[in-house]
Amino acid sequence: MEKIKSLEEFNNLRLLLKEEVFKDDVPRVRMCMGTACAASGAGKVAADIERELASEHKHAEIVKTGCQGFCQQGPVMKVEPWGYYYQKVKNTDAHEIVSATISGGFPVRKLLYRDSVADEPCEMVETVPYYKKQVRIALKNNGVIDPRQIYHYIAVDGYAALAKALSSMTPDAVLQEVDNANLRGRGGAGFPAGTKWKHSKKSGSSLKFVIANGDEGDPGAFMDRSIMEGDPHGLLEGMLLCAYAIGATYGFVYVRHEYPLAVVNLKHAIKQAEEMGFLGKNIMGTDFSCHIDVREGAGAFVCGESTSLVASIEGDRGFPRPRPPRLSEKGGGAWGYPSNLNNIETYACVPHIIEHGAAWFKSIGTENSPGTKVFALTGKVKNTGLVEVPMGITLREIIYDIGGGILDGKKFKAVQTGGPSGGCLPEEFLDLKVDFDSLTKVGSMMGSGGMVVMDEDTCVVDVAKFFLSFTKEESCGKCPPCRIGTYQMLEILEKITAGKGEPGDLDRLEKICHLVGKGSLCGLGQSAPNPILSTLKYFRQEYEEHVHDKFCRARVCAGLGSYTIDHTECFLCGLCKQACAFHAVKESRRAYFIDQDECTQCKACFTACPIGAVKIGKGNKKAKERMGLGR
Amino acid sequence: MNIDAIDVNESIGLVHQVLGDHDKRKGILISTLHKIQAENGYLPEDILRALSKKLLIPLAEIYRVASFYKQFHFSPRGKKIVRVCTGTACHVRGAAKVEDALKERYQIKAGQTTPDLKLTLETVGCVGCCGLAPVVTINEDVMGTIGPKKIKHLIHVIEEEGVAHGEN
Repeated sequence: MEKIKSLEEFNNLRLLLKEEVFKDDVPRVRMCMGTACAASGAGKVAADIERELASEHKHAEIVKTGCQGFCQQGPVMKVEPWGYYYQKVKNTDAHEIVSATISGGFPVRKLLYRDSVADEPCEMVETVPYYKKQVRIALKNNGVIDPRQIYHYIAVDGYAALAKALSSMTPDAVLQEVDNANLRGRGGAGFPAGTKWKHSKKSGSSLKFVIANGDEGDPGAFMDRSIMEGDPHGLLEGMLLCAYAIGATYGFVYVRHEYPLAVVNLKHAIKQAEEMGFLGKNIMGTDFSCHIDVREGAGAFVCGESTSLVASIEGDRGFPRPRPPRLSEKGGGAWGYPSNLNNIETYACVPHIIEHGAAWFKSIGTENSPGTKVFALTGKVKNTGLVEVPMGITLREIIYDIGGGILDGKKFKAVQTGGPSGGCLPEEFLDLKVDFDSLTKVGSMMGSGGMVVMDEDTCVVDVAKFFLSFTKEESCGKCPPCRIGTYQMLEILEKITAGKGEPGDLDRLEKICHLVGKGSLCGLGQSAPNPILSTLKYFRQEYEEHVHDKFCRARVCAGLGSYTIDHTECFLCGLCKQACAFHAVKESRRAYFIDQDECTQCKACFTACPIGAVKIGKGNKKAKERMGLGR
Repeated sequence: MNIDAIDVNESIGLVHQVLGDHDKRKGILISTLHKIQAENGYLPEDILRALSKKLLIPLAEIYRVASFYKQFHFSPRGKKIVRVCTGTACHVRGAAKVEDALKERYQIKAGQTTPDLKLTLETVGCVGCCGLAPVVTINEDVMGTIGPKKIKHLIHVIEEEGVAHGEN
């Protein structure tokens, strides 16, 4: 690899690579090697295809790409130039792929995507419903290039935005373009990146840092990981553009230690970029210099908070601190130098804005939230994975058109957005247009973009408890409202889900929620009550059922309800009797029944019954008596 | 690993040009702890003592930082580290059942190691494979969509390579 010494040299190389890499006349397999597909055996498939090609004396290029998004159907691949999209590929399919598609140009029909068995198969990726409504900006190169090949990145117009900025734009012009595009921080709060950059630029220090926040701790979100793994150069280019705009000379990418592949790919990309002169001193022969390094976290959710992240980079405990000074001010950032911190996805959007202009970016999405957002669509939907959609799309479109609806034809109950800081939205908001402001307005938030769909079998109280146990575990313990408040809230929720809820608990819970939200030091604590507040707002009836009726309508919480065996359904297998540790299931000559005095509502019989003849009904007399509620 | 051979400037990267000595030494602390742990499986006290002398950071300070982060461990750990993902998507799709099955099989709680140091069971916030929920990682390998039937297979994979455990 030769170092690029001038912008002219770069342009020549780029034109050359555009012709040489990804030639039209060579068959090409774009194999997804994201973590999910790799876990489903993508590595083996690729190796077998290679072997098959060799034995058939055929030539085809295998491009091992980053995450293509459709994780549920992994391993997935695209075969070009025909554009066939294969899913759930097994290594035993290698022979057919080579003999039918690569030799003959025919699709392997059994590998094509179908909505259901009776539906027509979708040959091209564009016709798969999951991809139809997606618009890819931040994930544009994921699934196209091999993240370990810098030439691939240059061939798809990589580093062109940087070259454009260095050759024809002043730092102020770059900043102005990002500001005009109204790019909002993709980390969750949606703070305008341009405003942040201006603030950092004004700080009046000769030394500044750019930091990319890749501490993606939200359970249920993995878009940053996919970008770091699948398009590390895109992230570096975005950071370089920011560094150029604000005049920074050093940069860090802070990555979770739980993402080993992201660390490896980023380090590899940095090395390649340094060798080629896109990073380091005198980038592409200009007098702009910037060094970027990777810093690993060590497993602390709170380190996703900006001040904690900086403390962690400095080698300290990841404690947040009060602001001001903000990171962008003198004395605020890493080692006291002003630092500009943005999310990975935010940086990944920047090269595209510089290349195509602010007007183009604004033409996508809504007025106040232009562009796209990547969501990690998970939970009880048919198609799970990463989706990048324009802002302003409705939840219904995401869940039903892209996600394919609820698993097993069940009924939709709620969708949780924004991870532990967000909230649950009920069915009435399915037609809500998703952007930063609309979600905040209804008590949830964009967060980092996790979107967990829940069906009627999910108990919202249990979900709130789950998030609280997460925030309680992850509370750093610095400020009392968060440290003690999360503990207290969790305690009440545990009481309620165990069937020991008392009247007044919900009011107490609400009061603590407001106190923690107002009194906490950092974003983690301030948003910790959101899962409870939003579920209390929209599903209060379910909470009340738990407290007053001792009943969990999703039949998730043990210790609630009264258990009976439906004798019209029971076929006398006796599994419930075996399962019961308390000898509450009694056997008579022609039936099993549950002795209410012995039953502890442990749910063992309910789980054991193969045909669902054990029913859980409302009103547990014993529990009510215990709480002095006997009616 | 040889603590004395650590080159602070090299470890922290080019940013050393603008940092003071103390900041530099402290700046490499977390990455050095990672290296020590990668080599030993945990953070042995004697090595931390040596590190404290080398970096001129009080031992208490090193422990203060290390104990904050969940990934650092102070006692020896099992040969296979099995992490059950309990992220939102996995939770909704039944991670608790997987966890319970493993707990019952090995008679340890999450966070504990079997007495023969063969297996450590842990839960993890999210490994970012939500599309495959519920997910378990065994050392670095990811195993997804673990339904009731696949639990047996999972246990089989865990015990492969002569790591047969306990009663069998």
